[in-house]
Amino acid sequence: MAENQFGYAKPKALNEALDIISKSVNPFILAGGTDLIDMIKEGVVQPDMVVDLKGIKKFKQITFKHDTLFIGAGVTFSELIESEIIKKQFPVIADLSRTVASLGIRNRATMIGNICSAVPCMDSGPLLAAYEAEVITAGPKGERKIPTEKWFIASRKTAIKKGEIVTGVSISSPGKHGSCFVKLGRYEGEDLAQVNLIILALKDGTFRVSFGSVAPVPIRAKKIEHLINGHPITPSLVEKACKLIEEEIKPITDIRATKEYRMHMAKIMFERGLNAAISRLNGGGPEYGKNLI
Amino acid sequence: MNKEINFVLNGEKVNLEVAPGEILLEVLREKLGVKSPKCGCNKGDCGTCTVILNGKTVRSCLVLAIEVDNQEVVTLEGLMQSGLTPLQESFLKNNSFQCGFCAPGIILSATELLGKNSKPEKREIQEAIAGNLCRCSGYSPIIDAIIDITN
Repeated sequence: MAENQFGYAKPKALNEALDIISKSVNPFILAGGTDLIDMIKEGVVQPDMVVDLKGIKKFKQITFKHDTLFIGAGVTFSELIESEIIKKQFPVIADLSRTVASLGIRNRATMIGNICSAVPCMDSGPLLAAYEAEVITAGPKGERKIPTEKWFIASRKTAIKKGEIVTGVSISSPGKHGSCFVKLGRYEGEDLAQVNLIILALKDGTFRVSFGSVAPVPIRAKKIEHLINGHPITPSLVEKACKLIEEEIKPITDIRATKEYRMHMAKIMFERGLNAAISRLNGGGPEYGKNLI
Repeated sequence: MNKEINFVLNGEKVNLEVAPGEILLEVLREKLGVKSPKCGCNKGDCGTCTVILNGKTVRSCLVLAIEVDNQEVVTLEGLMQSGLTPLQESFLKNNSFQCGFCAPGIILSATELLGKNSKPEKREIQEAIAGNLCRCSGYSPIIDAIIDITN
């Protein structure tokens, strides 16, 4: 039993949810609850009202219209893995989702919850940064679309304002592209990331590179992108790019790894991820789902 | 603050009052006498509290009891209403467990896997039970038993 007492509401519509939030002192949004319930039990947060989004059907949507993917606030990682749209259009999102925690967590946890908790080792942050996704919020003043790079402010701190609910994220397809997500944990299975990264190789010869778990917020490695965009990827260019990683990321030493190990592995993961993304752009392997480390 | 909830537990309708802060695991064990889900880490890492909610395994230590209003919950007790399941027989045959604390969770996770994929590869089995920690067995006899039943 949670120590503090709170109210519980399961609205069926967004407006109803916004109304309840506006009338509460310290409301918390409940989607999967895999972070929130733990935080309530630990006493880290003390809501007076918990608003369960699982009654709002449209939050379960995964759509792909006009080359834009929308993932609703109630979509779990298991649903992302099973989605035909994701499999066909953005297989790397399924790859990433498979590495999140364990099955029993993925069956509940949502991508939107992941980016609202905004813990530095989250997997979804670097992905959304690389795809230049927009976080969509609804609030008393209407809808806002916030670019990923402005969404993450600090560890566990986002651009959400009081009274707002994140309704989903949208990703404009960058056209035909190869992608690769690489995650390093202490062991395979359910561990959190020591380093994670995503690389997109676009048809026009440009790249998008994002790192996670190596700074308080996801890092879009624009210096590296600038260096390699439009150039043939030679071993000497990769070497230069790896040197730049030292400027782009700021890993720390914690319970899961030392900063030196994280830096070392980030370079290896970058090289393998880059090669895989380029190869996939050109219709080759390694097939999606294969672990590269 | 208390609210009446109705849900289906192991095929039977259940009706009780809960406070919003009550955790499903505690309600199952303390109020409803369903003892197969256990409290291990109490934060979603160890899998001993696993139950099946609407066909999918979840961590009952991270679910509010009030969330299962109008939903369907199955625990190990529900799976074995007509005796041991073939999967359990296979675990017995392979001496898969020592203390058995993790067994209900692992059986439910394996049941979900086999429901989706009747012929999983070893890697898929390992992935499906990666969130269920066992401190006795080293996992090998557990995986062997699941492979056995698919042959």
